[in-house]
Amino acid sequence: MIETPNLTGERIKGYLEAGKRFDGRKPDEFREVSIETGVSKNAEGSARVKIGKTEVLVGIKMNVSEPYPDSPDKGNLMVTAELTPLSSPRFENGPPRFNAIELGRVIDRGIRESKFIELEKLCIKEGEKVWTVFVDIYSINDDGNLLDAAGLGAIAALKNAKIPKYDLKEEKVLYGELSDKNMPLKKDIPISLTVHKIGNSLMLDPTREEEDVSETRITIGSSNGIISSMQKGEAMSLSVEEFEKILDLTEKAEREIFKKVEKLLK
Amino acid sequence: MKTFKRPDGRKPDEIRPMKAEVGVVPNADGSAMFSFGDTVAIAAVYGPKKMHPQHLQNPKKGTLRCTYNMISFSVTDRIRPGPSRRSTEISKITEWALEPVLMIDNFKSKVVDVHISILQANASTRCAGINAAIIALAHAGIPMKNLVSSVSIGKLDKELIVDVNKYEEDWKEGEGSTDIPITMTADGKITHIQLDGKIKKEQLMEAVKMAREAHKKIYDVQKKALKEVGK
Repeated sequence: MIETPNLTGERIKGYLEAGKRFDGRKPDEFREVSIETGVSKNAEGSARVKIGKTEVLVGIKMNVSEPYPDSPDKGNLMVTAELTPLSSPRFENGPPRFNAIELGRVIDRGIRESKFIELEKLCIKEGEKVWTVFVDIYSINDDGNLLDAAGLGAIAALKNAKIPKYDLKEEKVLYGELSDKNMPLKKDIPISLTVHKIGNSLMLDPTREEEDVSETRITIGSSNGIISSMQKGEAMSLSVEEFEKILDLTEKAEREIFKKVEKLLK
Repeated sequence: MKTFKRPDGRKPDEIRPMKAEVGVVPNADGSAMFSFGDTVAIAAVYGPKKMHPQHLQNPKKGTLRCTYNMISFSVTDRIRPGPSRRSTEISKITEWALEPVLMIDNFKSKVVDVHISILQANASTRCAGINAAIIALAHAGIPMKNLVSSVSIGKLDKELIVDVNKYEEDWKEGEGSTDIPITMTADGKITHIQLDGKIKKEQLMEAVKMAREAHKKIYDVQKKALKEVGK
């Protein structure tokens, strides 16, 4: 139940070498992506993203707090992910383990480094009060590639978010009452994509089985071809040529996914 | 002499629109969604499987283990992710509400895990969670004698109402609000009851009767969702 058997792994590798996959996709082909926004009434913004059978729910909550000392005039961003035991027999209750922590941090950097949120517009009083934006990611069903699903979900939920009303006199957030102000966002959407390497083959959007036999992966956050974040996972080295191939692959895929996302978010 | 009028115009014995759907988490052995209006719960069942950690194994019978969790943005004030005292209690209450109808004695040393997530909350979340959990268990093929159905009865000032929402739960006027979540089997046995507030015995019995009537409607929704499986 838990691990993908070696035999299956060998078969996946063999298929990929011939440019094929179990579900008939090409190595660089995504499963069907669907994005639904505004799925939660109590969140400031929310989205449900499905990539094939993989499903995540992302919600935005905001509150007012002190700015960090190194950015007194900027809002704060906090991304957390919970891999709920509901979504897979592999996940357990309890404090977040490495995978959940990494997921949150990779998505955090993808948003932060691209400067997608205009955090300077979330300052209420310099050095004293700024908005904190919480991006909370929940897995609903894990069939591989939670990373990319979470990335898309975070973007969609942010685009869907409205800032809550704030009572300046009483100094408190009026939860449940949203203003008509959108989250201040840049126009260019950062897309975060993960490329996996299995044997000598590269591939996008792995299913659970494929992800299990993945030898290494790189998640790249980019917008309009400009890369703003990157993380390599798992212990397997890559040659420079392979690395370049990965960049080519993501560049092409970013354009395609971007088109898809733009259409889905309209 | 009505002292209270429901904000959404419901009659006192009217449940919010209900929805139930089976199979919402493909990974699970059984899963379901249940909603009362804006209160949405999903439940996923994994098992029977080997009990882990091992020292919790019961060689005499199977174990039911429930976890109830509200997602951080299910309510207007963000909840800190992870377990809390409240969620720990509700998890246990949920186990107690479900166990009487389950026939898991033969799954010796095994565990049936039920994970409940509240996706969106407008009061009565534990009831929605229990309603989702039992159909998820049925979907997983766990042997059971019957379904259970759960609903919260409220007493606002002096009047009883069915399926309390957040506005009603926070009612302060008159005698204030009393919240009574009740779970019963399809043949009318109580497997769970809690109460917060104040109420006299006669009225409490009336509340139980109201719950029984509401349970019949909930049961129909649950049964219908289960019959949709494989259609």
